[in-house]
This record gives sequence, C-alpha cells and structure tokens, in this order.
Amino acid sequence: MFIMGSFIGCGKQKVTAAGEESQSTDAIQGEGKGNISMSGSTSMEKLANALAESFMAAHPGVTVTAEFTGSSAGVEAVMAGNVDIGNSSRALKESEKETGAVENIVAIDGIAVVVDPTNTVKTLTKQQLIDIYQGKIRYWHEIGGSNFPVVVIGREAGSGTRNAFEEILGIRDSCFYASELDSTGTVMAKVASVPGAIGYVSLDVINNTVSTVALDGVEPTAENIKAGSYLLSRPFVMATKGEIGEQNKLIQEFFNYLGTEEGKAIISGVGLIIPD
Amino acid sequence: MEIQKDLTIMGSNKNKSAAEKTAQSVFTVSALIAVMAVASITIYMIINGTPALFQVGADKLLFGTKWAPGALEPSYGILYIILTSLIGTTLAVLLGVPMGVLTAVFLSEMASKRVAAIVKPAVELLAGIPSVIYGLLGLMILNPLMYKLEMKLFMGSETHRFTGGANLISAVIVLAIMILPTVINISQSAIQAVPIHMRAASEALGASKIQTIFKVVLPAAKSGIITAVVLGVGRAIGEAMAISLVSGSAVNLPLPFNSVRFLTTAIVSEMGYAADTHRQVLFTIGLVLFAFIMFINISLTRILKKGEHNHD
Repeated sequence: MFIMGSFIGCGKQKVTAAGEESQSTDAIQGEGKGNISMSGSTSMEKLANALAESFMAAHPGVTVTAEFTGSSAGVEAVMAGNVDIGNSSRALKESEKETGAVENIVAIDGIAVVVDPTNTVKTLTKQQLIDIYQGKIRYWHEIGGSNFPVVVIGREAGSGTRNAFEEILGIRDSCFYASELDSTGTVMAKVASVPGAIGYVSLDVINNTVSTVALDGVEPTAENIKAGSYLLSRPFVMATKGEIGEQNKLIQEFFNYLGTEEGKAIISGVGLIIPD
Repeated sequence: MEIQKDLTIMGSNKNKSAAEKTAQSVFTVSALIAVMAVASITIYMIINGTPALFQVGADKLLFGTKWAPGALEPSYGILYIILTSLIGTTLAVLLGVPMGVLTAVFLSEMASKRVAAIVKPAVELLAGIPSVIYGLLGLMILNPLMYKLEMKLFMGSETHRFTGGANLISAVIVLAIMILPTVINISQSAIQAVPIHMRAASEALGASKIQTIFKVVLPAAKSGIITAVVLGVGRAIGEAMAISLVSGSAVNLPLPFNSVRFLTTAIVSEMGYAADTHRQVLFTIGLVLFAFIMFINISLTRILKKGEHNHD
C-alpha cells in the first residue's frame, strides 16, 4: 500500500505502459516513471527543491514533490506511509529508529560564528557564546578582547539557520538580538562593518570580510564538521521506512543520484557539506 | 444634395453614438477595476487578518509585548511594533514637516529665480529616488555615526544593549528625509495659491516680509499644508524598504537608541519563512497597518472637504 500509494495519480504511464493498470509498480520501476514524495524539515527546503528539480530534469516522466512540515512531522509521515522520504534536519531519535525509520544522512549543515575582522577574540567556549547571545557578556574585554561593546546580530524568527543555532546551543528564543536581519548577506555585511559585532551564517558564505571564531578551540572547517568535532553542525537526514535497498527502484535511483557528481554538486551548491 | 447631407448626418450620428457608448463602457470598466482593486484588497486583508485575532486573542496580540513566534510556546504580542510605527512616524513628521514647510516658503516667497531653479529640481529629484537608496545611505552613513554616538553615551553601561547604530533615531531621520519632497511640493503649491493681493495688503499695512509670511500666507495656505502633513504621515507609515535597512528590526520598546521594528518591516522580514499562526499574525499586522492608512486617508478627505467649505 505504501508503494502503491506513492504512484497513484501518475497519469502518464497509462499512455506509456499500454495495457497495464496505472497502479502497477512493476511497469513503473522498469521504465523509470513515477512519483517520489517527501515531506519534513523546513530547513531542508532549499536542498529538497534543488534536488527535486534536477532529478526531474534528469529523469523525464518522474515527479518529485516536497512538502515542508517540520522534521518530526516528516519522519511521522514516512513511517505512516504517506510519503516516500521523510526529511529531518536533525539526527533521528532512538524512538524513531525503533519504529523502523532508517537514517540516511545526505548532507551536513554547518553554521559559522563570525565577528568583524578587527576583533581580537579568535576562540569562544560554548558557554561564552551562549552568554553573549543571552546578553550576559556585553563587552569584548570581559572575555579578553578589545574595548568594544558586543553587538549581537541574528536572523529573523523562522529562519532555519536561527532555529539550528538556537537549538544546538539550547537557547531557543532566549536570545537578545540587536539586529534581526532577514538574509545571510545582510548579516555578513553588518558584521563586516560594525566593530564589535558578532553573527552566525551558513558555513559556505564565509569570505575574508569577516573573521570566523573557533568554538571550544575547533575551527569551523568542512573537515572538523565531517569529523563531528565542531559544535554548530547538524545532519540533514532523508529518512526511509526500512533500508534504501528495500525501497522501490525509483527511490533507490534517487539515493544513487545523490552520490553522483551531479547530485554532489547540488548539495554543495546549496551550501552544504557532503558526508563521507 | 439635401438627402445626401441628411444621410451623412444620420450616419455620423450613429457612429458618434457607438463611439460614445464604447468610450463610456471603457471608462466605466477602468473605474470599476480601481474600485474592485480597493474592495478586493480590503476584503482580502480582513479575511486573512482576522483569524489570528481569534486564534491568539485580540488583547494578547494587540497589547502583548513579547514577540516570539518561533518559541515552543509562541507569543505574538505586537504592541511594541505598533508603538514603534506610531512614535517613529510622529517623530519623522515633527522633524520633516517644519523643514519641508520652511523650504516651501523659501522656494515660493524668498528665493531668487536662479536659486529656485536649482532647489526646485533638486527637491523633485529627491522624490524620485527609490527608497532602498535612502536605506543604503542610512546604513552606510547614519548607522556608523549613531554607533559612535551610542558608544560615547552608553560605554560601560550594564543595561544598554548595543545596536551598532541601527536604532529608532536612524529610522526617524531617514523617514524625515523621505517625506520632505511630498511636504515641500504640496505646501509650495498651497502657498503659491494664496492670492497676491493678500500679501500686498499685508505689506501695505506695514508688515514686514517675515510677518506677512507667518501671519498671512501660511494661515491662508493652512488646509494645503495640512494635506501635505497627512500625505507625509501616509508615506512614512507605509515605508518598509529603507527602514528595514537602518532600524535593526529587533522588537523592542521604541526608545531612541533601541533597535526597533515597524509594522511594515515586521511583515517584510518574516514573511519568507512564516507558517500557520505566525503567517496569519503577519496578515493581522498588515490589517493594522491597513487600518492606520485608511484612517489617515479618511481624515485627509475630511480636511480637504472642510478646506473647500472655508473657501466658499
């Protein structure tokens, strides 16, 4: 029912697979036609849409649909058989794995903490970062820096980067921002131009207009994030009900596609790190 | 000959009435489109803006002070946002209107033709500059200046949250400059419409130029100047792009050195990712803004009607 459900509504193969019932999965698998549905994390919207678009371009006749309802809802939907893939922007919980959800990490999202280039503070502990964002540390000299005040820059409510940052640090909605900006670019510009500013951005946009800060002594690099030693990172999971090998051909093909050069280019194109 | 003439007249009458009818329906349709646009916007805003009032509770939404739409227990208080728009607009008008009216007086009463030929186009150019440019200039020039001032005033303070210069004052200054062209242009036409004989009478009675301007010309141009003020308020309260760049966009009590969020920027900055109740609350903010603008327009119409009355 789960597999059948995902192909209902595909009118095309009525024409192509003549004489067969539209719900016949064999015909679909053989010809690479059909429908992949996924739902889940809003943070994965960019990735899911980019992958859906390019996969559909590479496989004419296949429709990939994606809904963005939140990580937990996504995993629930895949386990209930409503969708083929459940997107989750966090590692699956043990309770979810027990029900049979399989954690396929397709990408890793890294968040870098940035300060203006004149700032002498090069490393922060997790606690210092929390104190800065909760307004307990107000001047850089309190943590061995210059005499400038701390100007706390963040993203607007609802931003995936903000959610990830606050969730990983455990300070969800207890931050005091001086500026809540609505794009990564404006955060970068603001941090670069205001002495004493601190902000957070996706790892891929870092350039030399700002300095990155090491967290607990770990630099925000792709290597450290892959090794799991950098604090501000999270996996992007495309959960399936059972192993990938147990899925239908089309979904297997989709996961194969993620491993191809083209698939990898899309993952890094939306600013994510490819897991080993 | 005569018959032919009759026929042509008959023919042209027919053509004429067809053309008249077509023109009339084209005009009617055009007028209807404008009316329909206003009506559908109003209906749309009310349909989309009211559900959140019931979901969240009107008092919690309109008079709540905590804006935390992403929290586990979300809170949607927009009082600070409303206050920011009201106070920010008021201050911008207090700053921009005297400047604008005095410029208008200068242009129409004092300036020599050569000077006016430079100032007048400059003012008109100011009106044509896109708002994002005002925002960028504010970001590059005003914010760093404000940051310096902020550091001078609050250095060592344990309670002040440093904003890096993105604060209410920056937004007010940008708004004040943005309403200048509106205020100047409308006040100037009002001042120029004051009949020359009133000025002549005043000066003939021995009043000085300045006395004439403040005691005769400005009172006579009052209704036009009020129109300028109201339109300025409308422009200021509806502006989003420029202030989103300079105000910091954090929800705070509108104090001069606080980072603040206006009604317009509240919608712009969070629409991208908002969902469910959060999204509906943004529509409610839109409805509040819409109500303000409607109120401004209605009072404008009243003022204009009253002005006409006075002239009679």
